[in-house]
Amino acid sequence: MNASLVKRTLAAVAAVGALATGMGAAQAEDVKVGFVYVGPIGDHGWSYRHDIGRQAIEAELGDAASTSFVESVPEGADAERVIRQMAQTGHNLIFTTSFGYMNPTEKVAKQFPDVKFEHATGYKRADNLSTYAARFYEGRYVAGVIAGKMTKSNVVGYVGSFPIPEVVRGINSFMMGAWSVNPDVEVKIVWANTWYDPGKEGDAAKALIDQGADIMVQHTDSPAPLQVAENRGVLGFGQASDMIKFAPKAQLTAIVDNWDSYYVARAKAVADGTWESTDTWGGINTGMVEMAPYTNMPDDVKALAEETAAKISSGEFHPFTGPIYDQTGELRVAEGEVADDGMLLGMDWYIKGIDAELPK
Amino acid sequence: MEWIVPFILTVITASTPLLLAATGELVTEKSGVLNLGVEGMMLVGAIAGFAVTASTGSAILGILAAVAAGTLISLIFAFLTLTLMANQVATGLALTIFGVGFSALVGSGFVGFAIEPLPALAIPGISAIPIVGPILFGQDFLVYLSIAVVIGVAWFLAKSRAGLVLKAVGDSHHSAHAIGYSVIKIRYLATMFGGAMAGLGGAYLSLSYTPMWAENMTAGRGWIALALVVFATWRPGRLVAGAYMFGLISVMQLHAQGAGIHVPSQFMSMLPYLATVIVLVIISSDRAKIRLNAPACIGQAFRAAQ
Repeated sequence: MNASLVKRTLAAVAAVGALATGMGAAQAEDVKVGFVYVGPIGDHGWSYRHDIGRQAIEAELGDAASTSFVESVPEGADAERVIRQMAQTGHNLIFTTSFGYMNPTEKVAKQFPDVKFEHATGYKRADNLSTYAARFYEGRYVAGVIAGKMTKSNVVGYVGSFPIPEVVRGINSFMMGAWSVNPDVEVKIVWANTWYDPGKEGDAAKALIDQGADIMVQHTDSPAPLQVAENRGVLGFGQASDMIKFAPKAQLTAIVDNWDSYYVARAKAVADGTWESTDTWGGINTGMVEMAPYTNMPDDVKALAEETAAKISSGEFHPFTGPIYDQTGELRVAEGEVADDGMLLGMDWYIKGIDAELPK
Repeated sequence: MEWIVPFILTVITASTPLLLAATGELVTEKSGVLNLGVEGMMLVGAIAGFAVTASTGSAILGILAAVAAGTLISLIFAFLTLTLMANQVATGLALTIFGVGFSALVGSGFVGFAIEPLPALAIPGISAIPIVGPILFGQDFLVYLSIAVVIGVAWFLAKSRAGLVLKAVGDSHHSAHAIGYSVIKIRYLATMFGGAMAGLGGAYLSLSYTPMWAENMTAGRGWIALALVVFATWRPGRLVAGAYMFGLISVMQLHAQGAGIHVPSQFMSMLPYLATVIVLVIISSDRAKIRLNAPACIGQAFRAAQ
């Protein structure tokens, strides 16, 4: 290829880029927020909830902020291109909302020190790169308490996506909640090996119900497992958003992702110049983890669930309070202590009592 | 063993959308047209069926809308490849990408809607017979329709005059043209049938299998249907066997996990695809047999000699 042509092209690209960033700096008092989503905003799950948060910024800040988003961005080289494009077009706050965007976000953040970046569920930070995530395991503990009270067959069916710490932590937390009120509960786990395939998630739920489960828990993104629970006349929990419409007779509650207040606060911080690089891992107390209305359960179970959620929210109780043993019988968290965040973030073991093998 | 009946029911529902879409594609390919847009057509059928059912409350109207939508979108493909003679592979891929985006656009207003699933037919008395009753007589009517259509297609291709003409067009379009058949017209009809059946397969997903709309909810089933046609070496009987085998393996792996059988779940997820590849290799090793059924003119544009 002609070397001078390449040089000229690169120079032209650089010039356009400089122009775009210059324009961005000129309007610095207005917040321009960009979002990168891993799925379609119509997934009714993860990306959908992030987009609700984006809309909250528009509603809250009005004319002071403008937002844009790119959906269904694959994790990898494409992500870097999309993030860089956003940084070049005058966005001064960019949220990248999937774990796999971590390295591309870090790379682009280095090249655009004046742009603020926020990466969800990752651990790499810089002066202009924050991280944030939510303690969904708190909600799963509450769900576990409800399941322990509501199950009649003492078999709970759990549809997992991938055996990563986020999901494993959820299973452990859920089962500790269930055992706190009913030591006879048994969990059957099926890995769908997908975050999103309604048909397969539904089939997994059917398989679990056929094997005696009368409570359906899911850590995949579509409402299909809950919908199967509804059709088969068993109970279940919604995931990521309130799914009561899909299961008016089956949904006990849902663990709702609520990014609204965080996104609004961060956009405001950029607007008034107080933004700082932080690491946020918010739970029920911050509103990031929200429990959908408790339905299809007697009042005493509802009261117990509310009380459990309140105790976790106030910090009076931590779901991962020792003693906690893993499957091999090794003591992981000593009596009276709570698991530290490092252990929670890297959790790759089941607690004692779960009769299943964790796929490696 | 009380799990055996629901297990078989799940296998049937997992297989039906594949069978519906694959049957349509088989007829399309038999006429010499390779339409890789099955996934896109299924999605368009799924949203059309769901949107109409959610708006009117009538599943029958929804199913008709899905068939109509699948047919219409296949007409785009037919016009581009048969009338304008565009490359079929590229156009088919484009149709899938178009279908994914278009269905998402139309469906954005229907995310989070819930509808009643398609009712199962219940024949008083007979459906209550243990085991046989619920399996043979307790399905929704699309399941029966899928079997009926395969039988009809098998008969059509083997016994009917029109079916022989269709196969002739697929095997040698110049000969068929020379005898006086309208190659383009026949291929249009075959492509439309493929679109209608893909639309029906999509509707089965959004109305019965998981009664809801979500973007990209076919999750690759259109591609599996395409593979099934080759897997079945273009024979309807084998298509049924292939679709049900695929459904069986994918459901079996979920049951095995729930029962605590320690096989890596990733391996189990891979099994159906592995089986397809192995069977493909076995079948392909016998070239004569494959030639017997494969349409010789598949994927080729037809231009009538001046």
